[in-house]
Amino acid sequence: MARKSHVQTTINGETVEFLCEPRQSLLEVLRDELHLTGAKEGCNNGNCGACSVILDGRLVNSCLVLGAEIDGKSVETIEGLAEPDKLHPIQDAFLENAALQCGICTPGFIMSAKALLDKNPNPTEHEVRYWLAGNLCRCTGYDKIVRAVLDAAAAT
Amino acid sequence: MSEKKEYKVIGTRPIRHDGVDKVTGRAIYGADFQITGLLHGRVLRSPHAHARIVSIDTSRAEAHPGVKGIVTAEDLPAAEDKMADLGEGAVSLKYLCDNILASDKALYKGHAIAAVAATSPHIAEEACELIDVEYEVLPPVLEVRQAMEPDAPILHENLRTSSLGETGDKPSNVASHFQHKKGDIDKGFDEADIIIDREFVTGTVHQGYIEPHNATALYNPDGQLTVWCSTQGAFTVREQLAEILQYPISKIKVVPLEIGGGFGGKINVYVKPLAALLAKKTGKPVKVLMNRADVFEGTGPTPASFITIKMGATNDGKITAAQTSLVFEAGAYPGSPVGAGAMCVFAPYNIENVVIDGYDVVVNKPKTAPYRAPGATNAAFGTETVVDELAEKLNIDPLEIRLMNGAKEGDRRADGPVYPRIGFIETLEAAKEHPHYASPNGKKYHGRGIASGFWFNIGLESSVTINVNPDGTVNLVEGSTDIGGTRASIAMQAAEVLGIPAESVNPTVVDTNSIGYTAVTGGSRTTYATGYAAYEAAQDVVQQMKARAAKLWDVEEDNVQFADGEFSSINGKEEQISFRDLSARLGETGGPVIGRATMNPAGAGGAFATHVVDVEVDVDTGKVEILRYTATQDAGKAIHPSYVEGQIQGGVVQGIGWALNEEYIYNDEGEMTNASFLDYRMPTCLDLPMIDAIIVEVPNPGHPYGVRGVGEVPIVPPPAAIANAIYDAVGIRMTELPMSPDRLLKAMGKI
Repeated sequence: MARKSHVQTTINGETVEFLCEPRQSLLEVLRDELHLTGAKEGCNNGNCGACSVILDGRLVNSCLVLGAEIDGKSVETIEGLAEPDKLHPIQDAFLENAALQCGICTPGFIMSAKALLDKNPNPTEHEVRYWLAGNLCRCTGYDKIVRAVLDAAAAT
Repeated sequence: MSEKKEYKVIGTRPIRHDGVDKVTGRAIYGADFQITGLLHGRVLRSPHAHARIVSIDTSRAEAHPGVKGIVTAEDLPAAEDKMADLGEGAVSLKYLCDNILASDKALYKGHAIAAVAATSPHIAEEACELIDVEYEVLPPVLEVRQAMEPDAPILHENLRTSSLGETGDKPSNVASHFQHKKGDIDKGFDEADIIIDREFVTGTVHQGYIEPHNATALYNPDGQLTVWCSTQGAFTVREQLAEILQYPISKIKVVPLEIGGGFGGKINVYVKPLAALLAKKTGKPVKVLMNRADVFEGTGPTPASFITIKMGATNDGKITAAQTSLVFEAGAYPGSPVGAGAMCVFAPYNIENVVIDGYDVVVNKPKTAPYRAPGATNAAFGTETVVDELAEKLNIDPLEIRLMNGAKEGDRRADGPVYPRIGFIETLEAAKEHPHYASPNGKKYHGRGIASGFWFNIGLESSVTINVNPDGTVNLVEGSTDIGGTRASIAMQAAEVLGIPAESVNPTVVDTNSIGYTAVTGGSRTTYATGYAAYEAAQDVVQQMKARAAKLWDVEEDNVQFADGEFSSINGKEEQISFRDLSARLGETGGPVIGRATMNPAGAGGAFATHVVDVEVDVDTGKVEILRYTATQDAGKAIHPSYVEGQIQGGVVQGIGWALNEEYIYNDEGEMTNASFLDYRMPTCLDLPMIDAIIVEVPNPGHPYGVRGVGEVPIVPPPAAIANAIYDAVGIRMTELPMSPDRLLKAMGKI
């Protein structure tokens, strides 16, 4: 086993330090080392988007980033989105629109939607569908998810 | 049941009770579970589709640093070949065990051979590569018609065909053949002016839930086994573990964590017994997770099938006869959903003369598992395409021919049951009245198709207890996995009875030690049956609280009535107390109140759906674009309409994937070549328009609020509806699923 690396990073605005093996992905580090299990593993090869997080302002699949790569960088995860007494407008919109069934893909969709709305606060339906095409949902048929993101855009 | 009832809670759209946990990432799914001292398990799988296992040598893996335990089929209790009763029908215990860990033969690529527990998942994976397995590779058979040939490779030397009560005398891949008959088929075809006889082929498809299978097991020195996992049914996991491990159910506790989709694919166990065996062997808790390739190659897809449909009709559109042969692949062990397919194949129509033959055939693919209305989608692809062709040839509108022949209350299905009040005709009328059906259709390469579908729905056992809190809220305890909002739909039924808001019910899904037996979340049963149990448990609360009010007022219990959340006296005394206020006085009137109910309701009531789809065919690439989609469905009574719409939309989109892209692609060696979400192409949101879900409400007489199951039937019509739309667009009848670009180009003669 290779020696573990020491990594110092910022996660949801807090400075975080951890040790990780060179082969551990950011997703593994988040889930297994830091116990931030909101990012989910659906495929572990970048096809489903369930592990989506925002890395230095850019949407990434955390299963395709190595833990050691985030040294000195800044990561936003689903756990950092809500305020103590208030959900993020995208989270509210998902609940109001019933945009989740089993909910396993929901954190990934919400992070993808946040990355979209951070860049483009007023997307068209087509832009929402194009941007979210990297996230798979098997329950909803996407109808209510797309509506939720459009509603969240309108609300902010 | 035709009058419109006024409800306060039912039919509203409250925020689901588990919603905040799920949008904040705090909900704990199976793989999220943590426990001190955890080891990680991984599974070694067969690289061959069909091979005899000559030897397994684990010594190099055992010596690998960090490895704590390895199990193979030898670690399973030596199972005599008896039938194991799992509540959903008996299965051979040997087949059940062999599918967990192959003993003598590997029967599909991905078949589990051994499992390793180690201090990290990476070390467990490394150790799997150090297990030396010697195989004698055998030729695989992958397709049902080939598997039925007399010289086909045989999967099970001891398997004999059970056919119409007779048992065959030589080894065969055909596990069973059954038949349903009604009327006189020859007479029916004699009466027909037109007969259409077609063959259909459907591909192997996967449920495609986003969360891979998972299990964490802990075995204590006192023999207590605890398994934390995601599953559609904690009690069926307990039963399967008890049979596979030959272990008493009293010593097994199954804790259901949140589940990331199932669609029928998370009823059978795969890694749960492996986690239990490894936990017992190591004395430590062990978590076993599948990766995505494991899920595709090692868990139940739903079967490919070969189907013939022959239907006859008179010139005025009356269907006089229907005959089918449904040949379903079972995968490596007997038990495809061909029986369910046979119940559904002609179910939407009242046809006097019917013959249905069903065949269950083993092939070298993973053992198939249920997938949303299992068997019905395969069957409807055939029937609904032929009905469309009958309508076309007879120059009758495709909705009209269905209205003319559609099944109604009192009609008998070919497999026996007589329909109670059903809503098929109403779904057709709703489709006919929808602006979609009247909208223009006629652009070049654009087409419109319609198709209908049926799923029978099930009841089965459910248990609910309701604990009344002093502030007038209640805690509802249930055993049904919440896979898509059923905490809400069950809680709302209790809230309606108690006259309190949905938010005043706190629903909790608990483990197998904490509630009465509850069958799987499947068969579209949960809002129906567990909801019914919640209704009855709430009625029990009301009865008990009437007695408390009677005590307070010193009146006879019969003189207390309950309506709109208020208890009142009806014998002259002007007494009244709200549910909430009485809840605060339970201590002084005799102690806490717990309502309880257990059910096995028989009146699930079937569900029907009718879909209308517009497509555009790109004749250069063969790609089919879904332009517009409208789905009508009889929900009986929609408890939470948003989640009913969600079930319809989700089912439609799974059906679109099945229709256009999804299939297991095999090479000649029997290896699946597309075991990833990149290559097994499920629909993304960019592939789709909005899905217009139209809820029709024909109350089910078998439920106090008229509920029918809604989850499964929406997947049934899409492949046929899309095939009919493609025909309308380009004049080609597609008879093979998926209708992928290459197949369409071939059918159009372009390649």
